[in-house]
Amino acid sequence: MELSRRDALAALAGAGVVVGGGAFVLEPEEVTFEDEGPTPPDVVETLVATAQVVYPSAVTNLDEFVETYSVARVEARPAYREGVRATVTALDGYTRVHSDEERFADLSAAGREVQLQRMGVKSAEPDPRGTTAERIRYYVVNELLYALYTSPTGGKLVGIENPQGYPGGSDSYQRGPPE
Amino acid sequence: MSEPAATATADTSGEVDRTPSERVDACVVGAGPAGALVAYRLATAGYDVVIVDAGPRFDPDSRPDRMERAIRPGRGSVWDMGGERDAFSASGDRFYPLNQARVKGIGGSTLHWQGMVFRNHEADFERRSRDGVARDWPIDYDDLRPYYADAERELGVAGAADNPFAPPRDEPYPMPAFAPSYSDSLFADACERLGVTMHSVPNARNSEGYDGRSACVGYGTCKPVCPSGAKYSADVHVRKAEAAGARVIDRAPVQRLETDSSGERVTAAVYATPDGSEYRQEARQFVVACGGVETVRLLLLSKSTRHPNGLANTSGLVGRGFMDHLFVGVGGTLDRRTRQNHVGYITSECHEFYDDPGTATSGTGGAVPGSDADLGPIKLEFLNYAGPSPVEMACGGNEWGDDLLETLRGAYGNHIAMGGLVGQLPNDSNRVTLDRSRTDAYGNPVPDVRWSLDARTKRTIERATEIQRAILTELGAEIGSVVTPETTGPAFHHMGTTRMGTDPAESVVDERLRTHDVVNLSLPGSGAFVTSGALNPTLTIAALSLKCADAVEKSL
Repeated sequence: MELSRRDALAALAGAGVVVGGGAFVLEPEEVTFEDEGPTPPDVVETLVATAQVVYPSAVTNLDEFVETYSVARVEARPAYREGVRATVTALDGYTRVHSDEERFADLSAAGREVQLQRMGVKSAEPDPRGTTAERIRYYVVNELLYALYTSPTGGKLVGIENPQGYPGGSDSYQRGPPE
Repeated sequence: MSEPAATATADTSGEVDRTPSERVDACVVGAGPAGALVAYRLATAGYDVVIVDAGPRFDPDSRPDRMERAIRPGRGSVWDMGGERDAFSASGDRFYPLNQARVKGIGGSTLHWQGMVFRNHEADFERRSRDGVARDWPIDYDDLRPYYADAERELGVAGAADNPFAPPRDEPYPMPAFAPSYSDSLFADACERLGVTMHSVPNARNSEGYDGRSACVGYGTCKPVCPSGAKYSADVHVRKAEAAGARVIDRAPVQRLETDSSGERVTAAVYATPDGSEYRQEARQFVVACGGVETVRLLLLSKSTRHPNGLANTSGLVGRGFMDHLFVGVGGTLDRRTRQNHVGYITSECHEFYDDPGTATSGTGGAVPGSDADLGPIKLEFLNYAGPSPVEMACGGNEWGDDLLETLRGAYGNHIAMGGLVGQLPNDSNRVTLDRSRTDAYGNPVPDVRWSLDARTKRTIERATEIQRAILTELGAEIGSVVTPETTGPAFHHMGTTRMGTDPAESVVDERLRTHDVVNLSLPGSGAFVTSGALNPTLTIAALSLKCADAVEKSL
């Protein structure tokens, strides 16, 4: 099932982020951070790399979806921007210590999965002020899962085209299951 | 622990003027539905009104963020409840989770509520006369009937006149009812075979644009937050009151009410502000509308030499007779898709067992057996949100990728469930008092909710689930969960703690919602309920508040 920029905009609308009237979407390069640390493209690359692990293999075109969603969220939410950048720094730091790569996004998909497992992210409680694993779960993994499973395409994967968190109108609940 | 949310609450700067106003006609304490409606009515009638509330004015733009808090773990309280401001005790036989569904702030707990709105049945006002239990109300359905119609217009109610068990009404609902769900259609076949009647549900939720608010857009998170504003919340009438000239002082918990030397009139509400100051808001009339728990606490905290047991408590009944509704439910799974969790509201119910909870039914394929037991009213609901929400599961689990999707597909899709309410009778041992061993952020004793369930309530819970089990069995469900008297929980409808009546020795407020003891103090809201019935109370709260507003206006 192909994710689209439209899915990202739908998920953003549900999250209360209005992106330029729905027509204009920022690219990662168009967002700037004033202080040192991961750049906007770094953050987006890390989120895309994580999505390739935590999203099901049934979805395609996740790069555009994650990029559109994440850039808008980073731009609209200063607290999230600060948290996700610090978390990406921590992820990359672990990568440098435990592999030959400089950045988490540079690892193979299997390598990323292994690193997240080793860091205990899968079983960590999401907590924006918690341990590194808990912050990764909160700022990276759950951010991505929330985006996917509140989008119509993500919902359809499970069998619900109007998932909780998405303003999909008041018709779908009246309809029976697809034939 | 929550992600810092810059837009969560407007005004944290301390630059807002929270000093008292001069020459105020009415001071309304509490900005939930009762206080908001009274303030709105008095302000539109041209009176100078000040509303004082313990909590903040929530920024409407923060609602999507609050929805995310509700769905994603680790994001903190949806409406910023908790901490020392909201500390409480629960020393009864059963723990009472007071903070789970209440909200302090402009709009009160209607920010969190489900939004189902019913007129009480005629029998609800006459439990002593009809059932020989508790007391009759000093007013009847006909007394409240015009106020119910008024309240439906104010809140904006979507409904249909298809409920054969509802009390009589003269006018259509302000909006058409929400259409039945696909899930309802599954129940309909089973109910027909058992002879059980289904009908629509009145919702304080826009089925079409109403009063400047949009129709429901289907976020599916009505409780605890509606991001679109299609669900009514009392901040609507606070804004209207302000437009008519009322003033709002938020983040200002009232500490006590002061009376004159005779003790017969309240002279001021003393409130604290975020900068640590304490002020006195004087007024000619005072309306305390802080819900069935905090209203009691404020009265008890306002004791004086003239009112040694607490303000307006000559009867000794302030805080006594605390009642709630109990949740009843049976859930299971079907061998087919049920289409749950698209919306967060209910579209069909059954009130057939309300006035006659022991009634037997029979239909084309079976029957619900009757019962001769002494029972209270039962309200049954056909849920549209049975089973898990996929996104909540995804964010709360410990899987990802294909494993997670497989788990979600296995968990979502086939659930089916009924819910419902039964009510308690007033019992003096169920009460709200002050716990003087614990203090809140302002050094005041916290409320202590002593709560237990009596045998009649337990019997009624079992009767309700017997009916629900029969319906789900007829539907072919594999039953997975049945609520019992031990596993039930409260519906967070705090009733009965400032009971209405004509005898000052047997009640706290009169039929005008005015306290017997203090001539310029009114207490609209669910504390006045004499009995609880089994219907969600907010429409009755609203009707009583509009009635109260009429009485206060006559006194000004």
